[in-house]
Amino acid sequence: MIEVKQLTKEFSIAKNKKLTVLNDVNLVIEDGDIFGIIGMSGAGKSTFIRCLNLLERPTRGSILIEGVDITKKKGRELLSLRKQIGMIFQNFNLLMQKNVSKNIAFGLEITRVKDYKIPGISDEDYKKLGFFKKRSLKKKEIGRRVDELLKLVDLEEKKYEYPSKLSGGQRQRVAIARALATNPSILLCDEATSALDSRTTESILKLLKRINEETKVTIIMITHEMNVVQKICNKVAVLDKSEIVASGYTREVFSDTSSEIVAQLLGGGEE
Amino acid sequence: MDIQVLKTLYSDYGSMLFQGILDTLFMVFASVAAAYIMGIPIGILTEVTRKGGIRPLPVLNSILGFIINIGRSIPFIILLVAVMPVTRIIAGTTIGPEAATVPLIIAATPFVGRMVENSLREVDAGVIEAAKAMGADTLQIIYKVLLPEALPSLIMGASLATITLVGYTAMAGAVGGRGLGDIALRFGYYRYEADVMVATIILLIIMVQIIQSMGHFLSKKIDKRGKGEN
Repeated sequence: MIEVKQLTKEFSIAKNKKLTVLNDVNLVIEDGDIFGIIGMSGAGKSTFIRCLNLLERPTRGSILIEGVDITKKKGRELLSLRKQIGMIFQNFNLLMQKNVSKNIAFGLEITRVKDYKIPGISDEDYKKLGFFKKRSLKKKEIGRRVDELLKLVDLEEKKYEYPSKLSGGQRQRVAIARALATNPSILLCDEATSALDSRTTESILKLLKRINEETKVTIIMITHEMNVVQKICNKVAVLDKSEIVASGYTREVFSDTSSEIVAQLLGGGEE
Repeated sequence: MDIQVLKTLYSDYGSMLFQGILDTLFMVFASVAAAYIMGIPIGILTEVTRKGGIRPLPVLNSILGFIINIGRSIPFIILLVAVMPVTRIIAGTTIGPEAATVPLIIAATPFVGRMVENSLREVDAGVIEAAKAMGADTLQIIYKVLLPEALPSLIMGASLATITLVGYTAMAGAVGGRGLGDIALRFGYYRYEADVMVATIILLIIMVQIIQSMGHFLSKKIDKRGKGEN
């Protein structure tokens, strides 16, 4: 479970001048949710999702993951936390000089055994590993995991291609595989389908839904596209001018026609 | 120019021109190698510590920027003369190609540092953010993201640095560094023997062309981005 409490983020833009991007945001995201955060551009969505893996540090408030406040984490602890949280992006952000296999392996190559959560192995078992948990993953272990992931995202035949040779949808599949490599419990999606056409968007959403069902990974996605939320999110929060103005089960939030911003978003979605 | 002229030119000055080529190549490659050994860390450090870099350290960054700018703002011909005492301490003399590499290295290092920095800055910020999100630390981002992603650009930079140094060696020749530039000056400027000067100019042009083509070829060969794509 992720609990966001009174999260505020301010940027100082000049001396004594602050810009509040997130104002007192409170949210609870349950394990296994596909949680959508929707809002117009400039609403603070990007900053919010970047607070969840501390690419941005919150000014105030706390973020509890399984009851532990992550906002105080620094150094090694922070790096280790980020390995438990995958992230994909609007522009895919793949390494252009590395092939598909190497891109997916990236997260594993920089990971030690103790940060590599193998499903079914408990924290106690990890403690028993003692010294060995500090070693890096072996080539063979990485190779096996990469093949598994290629199969998951259905790109086995593109293993040795370079990203420049792939379509947008294929690139996002590689990015998804890369983000899931270390078996994170949370996957952050930053406008992951905004650069894709509607058919490709559909297939990426299907893939995310399937991964969510198979691995129980919690998916948090920010988007400005109504149809994305309607298609796969079981819950949604509407972010408007730095604040959460509505949140809950997707159907309920969107049936509340009294909210001006929801009406606006629904209108925008029909374009 | 008929063939007879070329023949006499070759028999009279052939071995001298050949020695000139060797001296120039020695000066260029020795100083490029040394400048890169020092310039790569300087370039990495400047890029990484800048505001908005992977690890902003404003004070160190300003100091590095200041040093690089000093190095780059002194005209080479003046630097050559100014560092002569240093050259004498390091090389034991101020004449000859070995001695000339000292000022060449001093001039090339900040130049290379700036170029490395610029190449690294071209790396897409999104890719760096993705690496951060995966839990990469600063060193891992440098070795596994910045340098490999910038490699094609770094190679183009290296060929540019090498070509610039070919030009510098000509000036080093003026104060006793030997090499093709020295030959061109002595015969063309002091003795009005234009044919020798033309020969050295042609040799220099060929040299620059080869370096440029090699850099271009290598850079293109290793670049995995398609044509015209990010």
